[in-house]
Amino acid sequence: MALYSEKVMDHFRNPRNLGVIEDADGIGEVGNTKCGDIMKMYLKIENDIIVDVKFETFGCASAIASSSMATELIKGKPISEALTLTNQAVAEALDGLPAHKLHCSVLAEEAIKSALVDYYEKNGIAYDKELFAKKAVCCHE
Amino acid sequence: MKVYLDNAATTRTKEKVIETMIPYFREVYGNPSSLHSAGQRANEALTEARASVAKNLGADTNEIYFTSGGSESDNQALRSAAEIGKRTGKKHIISTAFEHHAILHTLKRLQKEGFEITLLDVHENGIVRTDELEKAIRPDTCLVTVMYANNEIGTVQPIAEIGAICREKGVLFHTDAVQAAGHIFIDVKKQNIDMLSLSAHKFGGPKGVGVLYVKKGVPLTPLIEGGAQEKGKRAGTENLPSIMGMAEALREACAGMESNSVYVGRLRDKLIEGLSVIPHSVLNGDRVNRLPGNVSFCFEGIEGESLLLLLDDKGVQASSGSACTSGSLDPSHVLLAIGRVHDVAHGSLRLTLSEETTEEEIDYTIEAVKDTVDYLRSISPVWRDLINGKREFIL
Ligand SMILES: Cc1ncc(COP(=O)(O)O)c(C=O)c1O
Repeated sequence: MALYSEKVMDHFRNPRNLGVIEDADGIGEVGNTKCGDIMKMYLKIENDIIVDVKFETFGCASAIASSSMATELIKGKPISEALTLTNQAVAEALDGLPAHKLHCSVLAEEAIKSALVDYYEKNGIAYDKELFAKKAVCCHE
Repeated sequence: MKVYLDNAATTRTKEKVIETMIPYFREVYGNPSSLHSAGQRANEALTEARASVAKNLGADTNEIYFTSGGSESDNQALRSAAEIGKRTGKKHIISTAFEHHAILHTLKRLQKEGFEITLLDVHENGIVRTDELEKAIRPDTCLVTVMYANNEIGTVQPIAEIGAICREKGVLFHTDAVQAAGHIFIDVKKQNIDMLSLSAHKFGGPKGVGVLYVKKGVPLTPLIEGGAQEKGKRAGTENLPSIMGMAEALREACAGMESNSVYVGRLRDKLIEGLSVIPHSVLNGDRVNRLPGNVSFCFEGIEGESLLLLLDDKGVQASSGSACTSGSLDPSHVLLAIGRVHDVAHGSLRLTLSEETTEEEIDYTIEAVKDTVDYLRSISPVWRDLINGKREFIL
């Protein structure tokens, strides 16, 4: 059996929403180079709706695919819905990830949350910090 | 185009080797231990194979033991040396930080059993220094084990010098020659090697068969108990078809070694030159003292698994020492041993050539790697930070 599902390979080969948003309303970056994964998410938000999202990723195929899938899952959605996105949902949408690659989907979830925190802070919006508690994902932390 | 550049992982079994093997399934299928004529025919073939392998290593026929491959040979060599050490009260072993796991994991086990292990530094060029080895040898050193050539970065160690030092100091010397055998010169007598491991599938032979050369007089400890095969040092009916294939593969590889290494070395140099133009990249391992077929690079700002899979889509089959490809969370211990930091080690690529590699394949590969590195950098936030000066280049 191949290491990755067809879905993972598809999103890896043809990532959706790749790139940057120059005038992003929220930017989040998670991971570190020591671990070998960094994800950066850019959000454009209008009336509490994520009208555009782009990403850049340094990492393995599952990291690139997870970022791509996560952007698809939140694009055009209200913030409230994006906040409910879990890493499991990202992994499931990709038809699963190998066990040792699940942290890539966690990174995707955290990248989005980190971009939303950035948006809240830039705009002085109060938010529930509990919702943004970091899940330990990196191998070296 | 399909380009196989992972010959350090394994090689295609040579046609002549397959042909050599077939009669030992169909006709000469006797058990070499049987006394009837079918068994004796098999036994004669086994002896011929042993003599042929011995000749190509500069060894005597009775110094060759057939095993299931490199890992088993490494395990048995170390276990045997440790047993000798236990009997003589010498429980110190010297090795290097970048050995294959067949060595390192066995050493770890021996450490738990009370042995003291010294791992020599392999420095940035991936080569041990003999003065450091000399200093590390103690009165209680029972074994020095240093690989002949590294499997990831291809660096060739000063084996003859190490052999001379060990002989002078009276210390047993083992070398894991899995990547060297059939590719570069080996003469166990001239190089004062006491034990040597090799594996057939790295030089055009079948998988799952190898050799442990052991100098006469060095007592071996069996890992597998049972019958009297291999002088009682390795029980189990001999894998005759594979042993015959291995002997043929080694014969062929040694006969063609000079011309092959010139041919492969020239393509390697072309590949290294072609990839060196990629900015913020580095060749891993010494430029000169390396296997004719090994090219290993690190590219800053990208991750190796992605590089590997995209290259595979383009038909180029390679390998990487990145954490993601190793299945562990850390990048290759070899790259860390030569001082590559994690950030850079994740972006590694190993391309290993054979005499079947063509110039067109190398030209194609150079372009494929350049394009793929460019693409992955274009989507990498790390690369963006590097070129914007928000992060400092390491390479
Ligand atoms: C240096 C080295 N030692 C040992 C081995 C193990 O050999 P085998 O696969 O025959 O067990 C390999 C092969 O991966 C190797 O490259």
